[in-house]
Amino acid sequence: MAMDKLYEFLTGPALWIAVIIFVGGLIIRVAWLLGLSRERDKSWHDFQEPVWAWRSIIHWIFPWLSVSSRNQPVFTGVVWVFHLLWIGVPLFLGAHNILFEEAWGWSLPSLPAGLADWLSLLVIACVIFFLVRRLARPEVRILTSPWDYFLILLALSPFATGWLAFNQIGPYGLMLNLHIFLGEVLLVVIPFSKLGHMVLYFVTRSTIGYEFGARRGARVW
Amino acid sequence: MSQASQDTASPEQPAAAPPAETAETQETPAPEAPKPVDVAKIKNILEANDSARMRMWLSICSRCGLCAESCFFYLAHDKDPKLSPAYKAINSIGKLYRAKGEVSREFLESLEDIIWGQCTTCKRCSMYCPFGIDIASMIAVARAVCYSHGIVPDGLARTTDNILRTGNQMEMATEDWVETCDWMAEEYGEEVHGLEIPVDKQGADYMYTVNPREPMYYPQDLGMAAEIFHLARLNWTVPSTGWDATNLAMFAGNKAVATIPVKNMYDKALELGVGAIVITECGHAFRSAKFEGPYFVGIPGGRPPVPIIHSVELFRDIIRDGKIKLKHKFKHKVTYQDPCNVSRNGGLWDVGRELVNLLCEDFVDMSPNKEHNHCCGGGGGYIPMGPSYKKRRMISGKVKADQIKDTKAEYIIVPCHNCFDQINDLNKEYELGVKVVSFKEIITELMEIPPDMIPPEEDEEEALEAQEEAMEEVSEEANQEGSEVEGR
Repeated sequence: MAMDKLYEFLTGPALWIAVIIFVGGLIIRVAWLLGLSRERDKSWHDFQEPVWAWRSIIHWIFPWLSVSSRNQPVFTGVVWVFHLLWIGVPLFLGAHNILFEEAWGWSLPSLPAGLADWLSLLVIACVIFFLVRRLARPEVRILTSPWDYFLILLALSPFATGWLAFNQIGPYGLMLNLHIFLGEVLLVVIPFSKLGHMVLYFVTRSTIGYEFGARRGARVW
Repeated sequence: MSQASQDTASPEQPAAAPPAETAETQETPAPEAPKPVDVAKIKNILEANDSARMRMWLSICSRCGLCAESCFFYLAHDKDPKLSPAYKAINSIGKLYRAKGEVSREFLESLEDIIWGQCTTCKRCSMYCPFGIDIASMIAVARAVCYSHGIVPDGLARTTDNILRTGNQMEMATEDWVETCDWMAEEYGEEVHGLEIPVDKQGADYMYTVNPREPMYYPQDLGMAAEIFHLARLNWTVPSTGWDATNLAMFAGNKAVATIPVKNMYDKALELGVGAIVITECGHAFRSAKFEGPYFVGIPGGRPPVPIIHSVELFRDIIRDGKIKLKHKFKHKVTYQDPCNVSRNGGLWDVGRELVNLLCEDFVDMSPNKEHNHCCGGGGGYIPMGPSYKKRRMISGKVKADQIKDTKAEYIIVPCHNCFDQINDLNKEYELGVKVVSFKEIITELMEIPPDMIPPEEDEEEALEAQEEAMEEVSEEANQEGSEVEGR
């Protein structure tokens, strides 16, 4: 059957390619930026005190520790839940861990299937919140381009299709393949888009921590 | 490459085009006869500032809009979304990079509003961005591009001319500066015995540098500083050159010219072998001397050659350590303006408060305050931009005016010349009814002159008055005794 062949391709060579581009792309991007910084970002290297990088990172990676994040507490909470689930649900999903086990004989603990199902819905709810906020708040709407809508929907798509497949809504085979395909597209896009903040967040927060803290003795949260 | 020795994307110090460009851009073209765009020049500036940070900042902004509410321009204009920092960055420097510098003259002129009129590079937004994107530094690069094409407010352009000609932003001649110092030493010597303003004293502990508006328009600032240093018995000096600590070329986006005052100052400090450079009550001068200066001059490691101390720090030490005794504390209700380049970008918000509390009984803070304080609206070169910008300055300064009004303070202490002018203007515009003062004014008002520094004449007069009160006639003998006492 065509769907089975497609499934084999998507979970075989396509997955490898996606993962290699994802990991390799992020490594190359960060390495390239660090290389560029040696020549062009002198103050970044002149004022490196790791304590300021960590303070800068920690005050922003947890919700409501920075003044800015407290100014919009609901948004901050939703952002935090979204990021946690976006990383956590795929990693600890039972179905994924069966695949890990088959592939490497090794797996992570699994979330109960029912809970994972609800958490996926929560991810969808978070994205709906983001979209509504993006449209409703003038200062956010004016910054938003079609690409921004595309990326947020792309980030959501594996969750939406995964949820539909799990609940057998729509044609299962197609939905499953779509789920895998969109997940792979997402992995490929991450290193080359603003989604690269997955890693670059830590770099930019470190640099601003150095700039304000190590260089000027000031906090930045 | 030539930029290798420069920190190319550091705040307020965009690597400018080669120095040759400087002279050329002095002739601001008349608006009727627009010059063509020198794309190569723009590309050079963009290339020199195309740092790892710039790349990251331009690519990872998630368009969340959190920066909007950090900006007083946005708040003062009914939350106009076009005034959010991200919008301003995307539509100035973002577009310049996207077009790889190939832009039209009309486009460059359209940026004037954003980069000069809607941003004071106060850096508050970088504290409100989840990724810590330093929008002020990005705007500074856009300023450098526009400056290279003569798109710069006249007032700012003039200061760079002056620096080029005389090494200071107000074109003051060295003789005039030294004469002003002598004059003030004489004037204030009448209040404090033995007071002098030593010029070019070798091996002094402190080299005091000022804002040229002090010798030009407010020489008493210099006199008051001399009183404080003399009373504290400091080994201090003023330099005959390199005394201008300010650096408006830094805000104008001309790195080549911004290097001049800093280099003059560092060179003189090293020549005199002083222990530290003290910066007057001025915010951006501190930023220039301590943080950006080393990169302008190209000092490896980014540290100034001698320690840089802001007046607020030195005054705090003097009062805290009891080097000057106070007659009493200041009794009126005061508030404190955190200049962006002293507090948020200088890390001195606690030092400032410590000094206020040492001097004043009744201190009430603004809200928000410390590193979160709003820019007064006069920073980033806004004050010198000239009269055509004044109305906008008053409108966007409403945020600061409201902050001040809410404290119900009678006095506001302002350790920065730009904030000082702006708050004075706001005071009139919004009828705040507050008295704007510097730390020097408060300290000299409260200080107790030690007996050995009381001028002889005054002592005589006091003795005379006392005797007149007591006996209602002048006793020549007593008068002579008074003189003898003083003579010892």
